[in-house]
Amino acid sequence: MSFPLPEPTPLSQPYWDALRAGRLTFQRCRHCGHAWLPARAECPNCLRAEWAWTDASGTGRLVSWVIYHHAYHEAFKARLPYNVALVELDEGPRLISNIVNPQAGLKADRPVTLKIEEEHGVALARFALS
Amino acid sequence: MRGKYVIAGIGHTAFGRLPGRGTVSLNVEACRNALADAGIDKALVDALFVKVPTSRYQSMYGQTLAEAMLLQPKVGGVWDQGGATNISMISFACMAIDAGQCDVALVSLADDPKTGTRQAYEKAWGDDAVYGWFSVAAGYAMTMQRHMAEYGTRPEQFGEIAVAVRNHGANNPHAALRVPLTLDKYMQSPFIIEPLKRDDICLVSDGAAAVVVMSEKRARELGVRAPVRILGFGQGQTSYDVPYRPVLTETMAKVSARTAFKMAGVAPKDIDVAQIYDCYTIAVLMTLEDYGFCRKGEGGRWVEGGRVAAGGELPINTSGGLLSETGMPGMQLVMEGVRQMRGTSVNQVKDAATCVVSNQGGIMTTHSTMILGH
Repeated sequence: MSFPLPEPTPLSQPYWDALRAGRLTFQRCRHCGHAWLPARAECPNCLRAEWAWTDASGTGRLVSWVIYHHAYHEAFKARLPYNVALVELDEGPRLISNIVNPQAGLKADRPVTLKIEEEHGVALARFALS
Repeated sequence: MRGKYVIAGIGHTAFGRLPGRGTVSLNVEACRNALADAGIDKALVDALFVKVPTSRYQSMYGQTLAEAMLLQPKVGGVWDQGGATNISMISFACMAIDAGQCDVALVSLADDPKTGTRQAYEKAWGDDAVYGWFSVAAGYAMTMQRHMAEYGTRPEQFGEIAVAVRNHGANNPHAALRVPLTLDKYMQSPFIIEPLKRDDICLVSDGAAAVVVMSEKRARELGVRAPVRILGFGQGQTSYDVPYRPVLTETMAKVSARTAFKMAGVAPKDIDVAQIYDCYTIAVLMTLEDYGFCRKGEGGRWVEGGRVAAGGELPINTSGGLLSETGMPGMQLVMEGVRQMRGTSVNQVKDAATCVVSNQGGIMTTHSTMILGH
């Protein structure tokens, strides 16, 4: 049973490397200041290619979440039911994640804090309800 | 262009599990039936618009289908907006005829995810699969959760939609699922991806459907039996994946509808019956809001009390939609809109003179609207 690991590209490798080093990063355009995830070669706002990986503060809010009662992949059967969350960072970018302490009460717009966890040798950007 | 073009004929295959056919054969059967319904000869067709099948990608599929019908269309090929494709292709057909590029168009869709692969619906979302993020259903569940949180929408209100549509389908001899639904049964339906229950989710089906489009003038010249006028159409492409939409609970369906209503010169209050894309009940609720039948956030309360059921103020999906007739992405809704305007639906709305039809694809990623009427 193979776990669905990320497949870093030259573009996204720095994102995964930073997580391994304990930092969540996003891209910020040097020209217009737009901030985004996931990794792209051009700024989706002004379409220029001058940007830099920037450290996130690690705080944000829970936009929405779901709880899987059915596994679409063998590797997730054992952890049913499990949550997948949509988190918006204070800096703007959004990402798909998991909430590590759902028992604290999943609620829309609740503040969350980054909690990097390692799984199958990959550092993942998970979040805790604050 | 209001009312200048018509749907001259409709045709479909059986719905459900159709092993060993393949999408070319299914498309040909639907086109044959649509031409027969219009009462016109194949030789008149000079345009062929086809939705790309999801179960197996094939380059230049539109030409493969043309060859299978010995057609050499002036205008022809595939278009891909997922489930929004059908109405978009019908509107492109109208525009192409209006521009003098062609005269009679076949618009067709076939797919066989039931016997083929349903990978399109269950796939991993790139690197996010590491967090367990899989399937189309999950995107709808994420949107539904936010709608419930933001507006207090309750499970029973989604149930109203499922019950109405499933009971319409139970009346339709062609429907793949004819088991009626009660609100109690809906509430006991198991979660697949919470808050989505099994009964919020459409069928997965094999099948095909096609329509013939031509000008109203041409239909008269050819003696077409029961042409139905296209009063308006519009599109709006939300495009961003669910995680990256600034607002989860509103889509470009709003823009699509605004364009179509303006072209048709009517407003939501003038609509007698609606065929609303029901891949998931949340899609129906948000479409009703985005179309302006009620205000944003009020969809839950609006559908209560049987308002969208047969006999209600705005019956929806009167042949059973995606939840009951067939999981086919959208053309069954177009066909049922035509039947309502002809007065031949199994759940006919008395004196119905206008029908709005919505088509959408992905996770409310694409949208297309059409208004039919007398």
